[in-house]
Amino acid sequence: MDRDIDAAVSGMVGEVALPRANGELLFEAPWEARAFGVAVALHQQGAFEWKAFSEALALEITAAEERGEASGYYERWLRALRRVATGTELLTDEEIRTKSDAVVVETEHDHPHHHHH
Amino acid sequence: MATEDPAILTMALESLLIEKGLITSTRIDEIVKNYEDDIGPMKGAQVVARAWVDADYKARLLKGGRKAISEFGFADPHGAELVVTENTDDVHNVVVCTLCSCYPWAVLGLPPSWYKSFAYRSRAVSEPRTVLKEFGLVLPESTEVRVWDSNSDIRYMVLPKRPDGTGEMSEEALAKLVTRDSMIGVGVVEA
Repeated sequence: MDRDIDAAVSGMVGEVALPRANGELLFEAPWEARAFGVAVALHQQGAFEWKAFSEALALEITAAEERGEASGYYERWLRALRRVATGTELLTDEEIRTKSDAVVVETEHDHPHHHHH
Repeated sequence: MATEDPAILTMALESLLIEKGLITSTRIDEIVKNYEDDIGPMKGAQVVARAWVDADYKARLLKGGRKAISEFGFADPHGAELVVTENTDDVHNVVVCTLCSCYPWAVLGLPPSWYKSFAYRSRAVSEPRTVLKEFGLVLPESTEVRVWDSNSDIRYMVLPKRPDGTGEMSEEALAKLVTRDSMIGVGVVEA
C-alpha cells in the first residue's frame, strides 16, 4: 500500500505542510480527514495537479493570515478545495450552496439539537 | 451561515462529487486510512536518507541512535535508547516486540496494526523467513536473518540497504523512497 502514498501530498513543506503529531497526520475532527481524502481522491482521479491544489492552499493561508483570522489549517484547505473544484468546473458555487442547504436540513432532521453558527 | 460550517461544506462537496461519479466514499476511506498508517514514518525516512549520503552521520547513528536522531530534533520523551541495525548483503534485520508493542515511534510514528498482532509477535521470532515471505520479501539462503526484540528501554530501527541506481539522488529524494516496512525490516527499499 506504500505505493499508494503520493509523495507530492505527503512531502508538502513550509506553511502548506500537513499538520502532524509524532509524524502521524493530525485530524482534529472527522470532517478534516474527509476534506483531506476528498482532495487527494480528486487529484488521484486526475481532476487536478497537486501543485494547483497546494498553490490554492498557500493563497488561502496567506489570505486568512492577512485578515488575522483564527481559522485552522483544514478550514483553509477546504476553501482551497472549493476554489479548485469550481475553478476546474467540477462543481459550481450554485450547486455547492444548494447542497449545503440540503445537508443542513438533513442534519437538523437527524439531530434536532444540532446547532450551527 | 450554513456554508461556513466546515463540516457541512465538506459533506456537501463530498456528496456532490460522489453523485457526479468523480470519487467514491470507499476511496476516501482508503486514502485517509493509508495516509494515517503510512506517512507517519517520515522522520525515520529522513534519518535513513541522511545515513545513506553522509558516512559520518551513519557512524554516529549506528553508535547511538537516540543521540543521532536528536540532531534532527527528534526525541523519545520516555528516553528509550534507539538501536539502529544495518542491513547488508549478508545480514537482514527485523524488529519485533514479543511482549507487547514497543516501537520506535519517535522515528516511525504509530505502529501498524499487524505489528501489535499476536501472530507477528510470536512468529517473527520462531519463523522469521516465513513471515518475511508473507510480506513479499524472499531473502537468499545465504543471508542471515537477525530478529531484534524491543523492550521499554531499547527500541530498534532497521537501516535498510540503499537501492542500486540511486547514486545521483538527493537526500530529500532518497527519503521519499524509504518505507515504514523497510525500517521495521519486513520490506526493502526499492528505487
